[in-house]
Amino acid sequence: MEFLLISLIKVVAVFGAVLTMFAYAVLAERKISAWIQGRVGPNRTAPPLALKIPILGRLLQSWGVFQPMADGLKAFLKEDFTPNYVRKAYFWLAPAIAMVPAFLVLAVIPFGSKLGNEPMVIANLDVGILYTFGIISLGVYGIVLAGYASNSKYPFLGGIRSSAQMISYEIAMGMSVIPLFLIVGELNLSEVITWQAKNGWLILYSPISFMIFLIAAFAETNRLPFDLPESETELVGGYHTEYSSMKFALFFMGEYAAMIAASAMMVTLFFGGWTLPGLSEPAGSIAAGLLHIGIFVAKLLAFMVLFIWVRWMLPRFRYDQLMDLGWRRFIPLALANILVTAVVLWMKAK
Amino acid sequence: MIVKREKLTFWERLYLPALLGGFKITGSHLVDTLFRGNNVAKQVSEGYYPEIPWTVGQNYRGAPYLVRDQEGHTKCVSCQLCEFVCPPKAIKITPPGPDGLTADRPNAEKMPLEFEINMLRCIFCGFCQEVCPEEAIFLQKDYSLTGLSRAEMIYDKEKLLSLGGTHAGIQKWKHKLEEAKEQDVFPVKS
Repeated sequence: MEFLLISLIKVVAVFGAVLTMFAYAVLAERKISAWIQGRVGPNRTAPPLALKIPILGRLLQSWGVFQPMADGLKAFLKEDFTPNYVRKAYFWLAPAIAMVPAFLVLAVIPFGSKLGNEPMVIANLDVGILYTFGIISLGVYGIVLAGYASNSKYPFLGGIRSSAQMISYEIAMGMSVIPLFLIVGELNLSEVITWQAKNGWLILYSPISFMIFLIAAFAETNRLPFDLPESETELVGGYHTEYSSMKFALFFMGEYAAMIAASAMMVTLFFGGWTLPGLSEPAGSIAAGLLHIGIFVAKLLAFMVLFIWVRWMLPRFRYDQLMDLGWRRFIPLALANILVTAVVLWMKAK
Repeated sequence: MIVKREKLTFWERLYLPALLGGFKITGSHLVDTLFRGNNVAKQVSEGYYPEIPWTVGQNYRGAPYLVRDQEGHTKCVSCQLCEFVCPPKAIKITPPGPDGLTADRPNAEKMPLEFEINMLRCIFCGFCQEVCPEEAIFLQKDYSLTGLSRAEMIYDKEKLLSLGGTHAGIQKWKHKLEEAKEQDVFPVKS
């Protein structure tokens, strides 16, 4: 009973944190894109009461802090339009399927060491990483289903593209992390972090894995330069062309939640999770526990900024270039990486 | 002509130099905007758009409005050429009919009973201005047209005339009118 209650609290807390992060990631996306393009970004929205606060109110307004609230409110209040030519059941199902996997992945990520006596992970699975890859690959179904259910050309093309793209990069991504587990000898993500606390971050051991994982993560989350399922310039809106209001917002949320999940994975696998050099013991006090969570979130946010920054930097890949990169470069590279790591470990063991 | 493509070196084919270059240039723009206040809005004028309106260029094509001549008369003679040429069919003219409204100025036989431009359809192409034989419609400087309903965005003759103002610059008939008036005076000047 106590276990259920504590788990529930953790689930709610993580869910809330991710939703907040989603809202402010959208703001960050708009602000950073504005700065890169020499604009100022959202600086108008503010509830009248907030403007009554001297100085601070105006400052928060110019940073666009209230913008996500307005955006959310708008998404709820907009007309939810279902075109009459769509396949209704799937059309309604698709946004949920697109969003749920990204949240499920977060269940096995250790986002802190301990708070009191409680380990800061929702589910401490022994097969953490297998579970993660199993769930991540479900994300593609939401998009494919949306493309199919919309019964219209552009979403259909977007859905087809995304299925090919995500399946291709899934393989490279999965193979890129195998060397890590050869080195660590554990699939449990908490154990991976403990190992890194002792022996140094895994990016030092396998930088090629990190590179492949990072790029595959961009492809998996449909971010530029690999946002072919959406590609506004050719496919209108890609798989979500026919969606409006909250159903569109769910797709949007799914994309950002997937980004957060991918960032969390990278932090956990390659950058030592909640540890820092010198701060690697599980927390004894509440303050230290919170500090560990803070470290994890800071690392995660750094990756989110990277995701956003890259979006406003690189043009979109052509479809054949994308496939070429996935199948002819990364998969052989990932295989070679596994082989080399295995041989080195074997030599060392002898 | 066949453009010869240079073969990329191995280092270049890794995409990494391009990536680093991208980070460098976007990063420098970000720093420029964020810390040196070097953004577009500040460059244009000391402030941001809604408070400090944008000054339009000289040849800017804004909203088309009807104009009056130097004496305050309607210049349009309801020939419907603009209605015909309008690509998005934004203009709708109701002619006065055989024994309807007569023109409020000399040298013209009629003027439109009603003249409507749907500003939601208008693409600001300027064909109406170009085709008008009476130089009665001009694209002016307005760029921010807003309304709370679609009906509100259909501008009628009265609104167009009041927004357009007088356009004394081109006085096509002034000369002819003076000539005609002189003809009425007797004895005729040679």
